[in-house]
Amino acid sequence: MDVFLDFLISKANYWLYIFLMMIGLYAIMTKKNIVKKIIGMNILQTAVILFFVSVGAKEKATIPIIEHGHDSTHTAISATHYINPLPHVLMLTAIVVAVATLGVALALVIRIHQQYRTLEEDEILERIREA
Amino acid sequence: MKVIGLILVVILGSVLVYGSLEFPPWGDPTSPASSHVSPYYIEKAVEDTSVPNLVTAVLADYRGYDTMFETIVIFAAGIACIVLLRTFKKTESGSRLYRHIPTGITLKIEKKGRFPEDSVVFERIDSHWVPHDLIVQTTCRMIVPFIQIFALYVIAHGHHSPGGGFQGGVILGAAMIIYAIAFNLRSAIRRMSERSTVMLSSLGVFIYAGTGALCMLLGLNYLDYSAMAGLLGVDPVTARSHGILIVEIGVGIAVMAVMVTLYYNLASAGRHDEGL
Amino acid sequence: MIWQIEIVILIIVIILAVGALSVKDLLGAATLFGAYSFMMCLLWAIMGAVDVAFTEASVGAGVSTVMFVAAVFRTSRRTQD
Repeated sequence: MDVFLDFLISKANYWLYIFLMMIGLYAIMTKKNIVKKIIGMNILQTAVILFFVSVGAKEKATIPIIEHGHDSTHTAISATHYINPLPHVLMLTAIVVAVATLGVALALVIRIHQQYRTLEEDEILERIREA
Repeated sequence: MKVIGLILVVILGSVLVYGSLEFPPWGDPTSPASSHVSPYYIEKAVEDTSVPNLVTAVLADYRGYDTMFETIVIFAAGIACIVLLRTFKKTESGSRLYRHIPTGITLKIEKKGRFPEDSVVFERIDSHWVPHDLIVQTTCRMIVPFIQIFALYVIAHGHHSPGGGFQGGVILGAAMIIYAIAFNLRSAIRRMSERSTVMLSSLGVFIYAGTGALCMLLGLNYLDYSAMAGLLGVDPVTARSHGILIVEIGVGIAVMAVMVTLYYNLASAGRHDEGL
Repeated sequence: MIWQIEIVILIIVIILAVGALSVKDLLGAATLFGAYSFMMCLLWAIMGAVDVAFTEASVGAGVSTVMFVAAVFRTSRRTQD
């Protein structure tokens, strides 16, 4: 029982990240309003970034900026003293791509509204079929 | 539709949870993610590039190609927004609203009338006009220089503290956006016109790609900054640190211009006459 | 790294995400989305990812929310679901 509880505690935060990703995916699939779909896409993106950043954490390690980097003595730098900087770098690019995609998606929303005067998906499909 | 969505999401969620049972424990120093390349980056970054901030060193030097293409993606997003939204035809009605400042009367002048351009007593207002708010405008006017100085500090100090080119560029863009919100969009466009935003964004990408080409012209690989050691007159390790600073400035300029372009086009739906 | 704060902020993040998707007013959804971005930034700062947190604070809680409000201003504000 103790082993099972230990196991549950150690994996619980991964399950919460997966739950957040599934909330975003459900919103993209089932919401009818286009702006809600875009919000769902952004929730999915930030949840994936959160999952990746949590992979790089280390116990009892500090942030990835070398202390006393410019002193004259070169003390040995141990890799277990600093957390892993590689997921941070990849996720920085992912955040930039997310904001670029958001800008283009909102431009598309404004164009759709100018053409069809509505933002609900079923009404747009109706108006496309009529024309 | 909702039921199908729910079933699919539950199936996918349970597959992912089943996959997560095999993960290493949280915070394990010997997990596979922290064991192959990243100890090399942690131990050797200061002696290779003399930059203590490991994220900036890896982002702009060891993985410089990815950052160059990320800058190109941001530039492409700005161009895509202009292509989608920008229109040059006049509004459908063609009428404008003017307000007489001494008395407060609002006039609506139709297209065939004569618009009082360059007049001191008439000011042009938006369709959703709010009265002149002294507190917001004075606060904005006092705060914008400090925001810009902070953004330049973040770009320049990215070697030693969290920050770097992208964060500083976004804060610079936000300074312009807050000016456009507190006053109106036309006065912001007078200060930073559409032509200068497009030129600044391409200048930023050109600085980044040009630094790489310069390193290649001087004899080493593309984006290998130690080739600039002879040009700058320092040893190769410090040349890499200066190369990182130059490309961060390029990224910052490009990102600022694209954020401002995105705001101009989204807030006025392409017409550049009224704003939020 | 302090797991109590992490669990509390994660619960708040999930509540904000569900809330941003269920309100019927798009301006409220944009505001809740800005709050969600800021809570994510705090979560990353606790995990030690300071550069990522800085970027998300400036981008998500700043420029992204302004763009959402601008887009909602130019289109309609009410929604049915």
